[in-house]
Amino acid sequence: MAPLLEVDQLSLRFGGVAALQDLSFAVERGAIHAVIGPNGAGKTSLLNCISGVYRPWHGGIRFDGEDVTRLPPAARTRRGIARTFQNIALFRGMTVLENLMVGRHVHQRTGTLAGGLYYGRGRREEIRERERVEEIIDFLEIQAIRKQTVHTLAYGLQKRVELGRALALQPRLLLLDEPMAGMNAEEKEDMARYVLDVNQERGTTIVMIEHDMGVVMDLSDRIVVLNFGQKIADGTPDEVQRSEQVQNAYLGAA
Amino acid sequence: MTAGDDTFPKLLLRNAARFGDRAALREKDLGIWRETSWRRYCDRVRDFSLGLSSLGLLRGGKVAIIGDNRPALLIAELAAQAAGAASVGIYQDSTLTEVAYVIDHCDARIVVAEDQEQLDKILDMIDNLPNITNVIFSDPRGLRHYEHSKLMSFEAVEKRGREMDPALFEANVARGAGGDLAMICYTSGTTGSPKGAMLSFSNLLTMALSLHQVDPRRERDEFVSFLPLAWIGEQMMSVAAALAIGFTVNFPEEPETALHDIREIGPHVLFAPPRIWEGLNSQVQVKIMDTTPFKRFLFERLMPLGGPLAEWLLYRPLRDRLGLSRVRSATTGGAALGPDVFRFFHAIGVRLKQIYGQTEISGISCIHRDDRIRFHTVGEPIPGTELKISDQGEILSRSPSVFMGYYKNDEATRAALDADGWLHSGDAGYLEDGQLVVIDRIKDVLRLADGTQFSPQYIENRLKFSPYLKEAVIIGKERQYLTALVCIDQGIVGKFAESQKISYTTYTDLSAKPQVYDLVQREIDKVNQTLPAAARIRKFVLLYKELDADDEELTRTRKVRRAFVEERYKSIIAALYGDQRSIDIDTTIKFQDGKTARIQASLAVRSMEEAAPPPTGGARRAQHPTEAA
Repeated sequence: MAPLLEVDQLSLRFGGVAALQDLSFAVERGAIHAVIGPNGAGKTSLLNCISGVYRPWHGGIRFDGEDVTRLPPAARTRRGIARTFQNIALFRGMTVLENLMVGRHVHQRTGTLAGGLYYGRGRREEIRERERVEEIIDFLEIQAIRKQTVHTLAYGLQKRVELGRALALQPRLLLLDEPMAGMNAEEKEDMARYVLDVNQERGTTIVMIEHDMGVVMDLSDRIVVLNFGQKIADGTPDEVQRSEQVQNAYLGAA
Repeated sequence: MTAGDDTFPKLLLRNAARFGDRAALREKDLGIWRETSWRRYCDRVRDFSLGLSSLGLLRGGKVAIIGDNRPALLIAELAAQAAGAASVGIYQDSTLTEVAYVIDHCDARIVVAEDQEQLDKILDMIDNLPNITNVIFSDPRGLRHYEHSKLMSFEAVEKRGREMDPALFEANVARGAGGDLAMICYTSGTTGSPKGAMLSFSNLLTMALSLHQVDPRRERDEFVSFLPLAWIGEQMMSVAAALAIGFTVNFPEEPETALHDIREIGPHVLFAPPRIWEGLNSQVQVKIMDTTPFKRFLFERLMPLGGPLAEWLLYRPLRDRLGLSRVRSATTGGAALGPDVFRFFHAIGVRLKQIYGQTEISGISCIHRDDRIRFHTVGEPIPGTELKISDQGEILSRSPSVFMGYYKNDEATRAALDADGWLHSGDAGYLEDGQLVVIDRIKDVLRLADGTQFSPQYIENRLKFSPYLKEAVIIGKERQYLTALVCIDQGIVGKFAESQKISYTTYTDLSAKPQVYDLVQREIDKVNQTLPAAARIRKFVLLYKELDADDEELTRTRKVRRAFVEERYKSIIAALYGDQRSIDIDTTIKFQDGKTARIQASLAVRSMEEAAPPPTGGARRAQHPTEAA
C-alpha cells in the first residue's frame, strides 16, 4: 500500500529565508515518524505545511494518495489530519469535556436548530458524540478533571487534554508539535505511554516533533533530521544516530 | 438469613433468587453509572467459577487477586469461593517483592490482576513463581502486544465457564460449609513479613450480622467501595455485609474520582479510615479560607449555633456538598481520629462513630453506640464479643469471629491465640464505663533513660491532629528526652505560606522555612501542654521529604515503621541529641517508577526552649528589605 503521507520536494520561503528546501520524505501507515533538528531547522514550518496553515512555494503533499497541497486546513481535518501545538491552544475558559466536544464538531451533521434544541437527530447525535469523547477521557485517564476548566489545570494535564482534543477528531494522521516540552520526568513518561498507546491501540499514524532525544529514540520507527530547511538524514533511530552529518549538525563539524 | 445460607456463594444464589433484577453492583464507566443486577452478578460468578474449575482450580486451592475496586474482582473472589477455593487479596500498591511474597506464600496457582500495571508486576516476577499456572486480567488496555503462555483474559475464562454444565456450579456451591476457609487476609505487619490470617465464612458472616444488630444496614442502602479490597474492612462491607443484607455496592470510576463519585451516589453507609474524614474536613476548612468574607462570616457564626436556622442554611448544604446528605451509618477505623474532626461531623449532623478491631477478629470487635459516643474511646464490644484487659494491660477479645489461625505459621498463631480462645491484640488499653480506650501497641510503650513511660504513637497522633502536620515520629527510647521527626502537610502549610507571602519551590524548601518551623513549634507546644512534664518533646526537625510506603518507611496502611525510620534517619537523630543547630543532608530518594533523585539540604534542629515568635505580624515587612531601598 502507498505511504499515508508523502511530502514531495517541498519548499517554503519567508522573504529571503528558505524555511524548507526541496524536502521529500514518506510516512508509512501505522508508523511513529519523528522530525528532529536544531532550533530554526524548519520543523514547525513543515508541520504547518502538512496541516495547511502555510502554503508551500513549491512541491506537493499527498495524504492517502490524494493531493492535498491546495486544500484549506478544515478540509484536511475532515480527511483525517489532526495536530497539537507547541504552545497549548485550548479554550481556556471551557471545561475539558467541552474542549473535547469541540473536537467532535467536525463529525456532527445536524444543524444549529436541531442541535441547539437538543431534539430528535440532534439529540441522538449529541449522545453518540459524548460517548466517543468519554472513550477518549477513559483512554487518557482524565476522568477526575472532566468538568474542570482548562486554565485551572497543571501544564502537563493541559498537554494531555490537547492530545485528547486532537484524538476527538478521530485522525488517521496525528501531528504532535513537541508533546513533551516543558514537562517533568514523570509527565514525560506518561505522555510517551499515551503516544505509544494512541499508535498501537488506535492504529493512528504519528508525525512528532520532539527535542528529548531519549523519547525520540525510544518511540520512533523512523526519524527525519532537518538542518536549515534541508533533510540531512532519514532512517531508523540506529541509522540516524550513526549518521555523521547528524552529528555535525548537532555538535558542530569536527 | 436462613441457617442454610452459610457461605458467600450460597448467599449470592439466595439474593439472585430473592432480588432478581435489583442492582447488586454499580460501576461508573465512560461517565455513566452502569448496573449489574443480582441475577447477572450470580451468572457472571457462575461462568467465571466454572472457568476457573476448567483451568484446574480445586477445592482447597487459592486464588490471588490484585487491583483497584472493580466488579470483576468481586466476581473473581466469589467465583473462587464457589469453586471451594479461598481468595487472597493483595494491596494494589504493593511492590514487586511484596506481591511475589504473598503469591508464593499463599500457594496460589491462579492470579487475577486488574490491569497492565498489576500484570507487569506479576510478569516481572513470574520466573520466580513456578507454581503459577494462569494469570487472568480483567482490563485489556495496553496489553495487545503481551504474549505469555499463562496469560488469559477475564472474558476467555468466562467463555470456558459457559461451555461447562451449569449444574456443576450449584453442586459446587452446595458442597461449601460455613466452617470452610473463605479468604486469607495478609496483614501489613509493622514488623517482619506479612502474616496470612485465615478467615472462614462463618467468622465473617457472624461479624457482619453482629455489627448489623447495633449499626443496621438495609436492603435499599447504597454503599461506595473505594478502600483497598485486600483490606479486611472493605471485605467486611462490600462482600460479607453486602451479601448478607443485600445492599448495593458502587464502584468509583477511578481512585482519584472517589470523593466526587461518593457525592453522586449519596451513600447511606460510609466506612472510611481517618485520612478520608480528615480530608473532607480540611477540604471544607480550605474552601472557607478561600471564600468571600461574607460567606466566611456566615460559616463562623452558624457553625457553633446549631438549631433549625443553622441546619437549613449551613449543615444541610454542607452535608450535600460532602455527599453525606443520606448517610445513616458513618464510621471510621484503622487509626485514631482527632476530636476536632469528630466534633465537626457531629456538628453538621453526621453521627460519625469509631470502629475498632483486628483482621484476626474479622475486622471488628467494638463500635460506638449511637447514644454514647465519646470521641477518645472506640466504643463498646459488638454483640457476641467478650472483651477484657490482661494483667499486662493488653486488650483481649473472644468471639465466634476470631480467625482460624495464620496460614503456615503455627508459631504466630500460638502467640496470638491462647488456649481459652482469647485473641491477643498486642494493643495496650483500658476500659472506661464499659467503653474501650486504646493507647498504643504494647511493645511500643517505651521508657526514657530515667524510666519515664511514654507512648510514641499516642503523642504522634495528638501531633497529627494538627492540620499542618502530616506525619510525626517520636524518638526517646532509653534517651534523656523526647524528640520528634515531623513531616508537614504540603497543602495546608502551603496555604499558610501563601497567606504569609512566603515563597517556596518544593516540599523540601517549604519545610526549611523558619516561619514554618515557628508554626510547627507552636503546634508542638500545644500538644506538650497536655503531656506530663517529663515526657514532653524537647527538640524537633522537619524532614525534607514525606514518609512513604514505597521507601518502606510506612506500611501499606500508613503506619510508621519505627525501627526502619530510626535506622534510616540516624544521623538526624544523632543531631537531635547533640548540640548541633543544623545538619546537612545529601541523599537520594526513590520514585515509584524506580528512578532516583538526589536531595541536598540543610535541616535546622529546633529546640522547644527557644522562644517561639508570636503567630503573625512583624516578620512580614522584614522579608522584603529591598522594597525599602
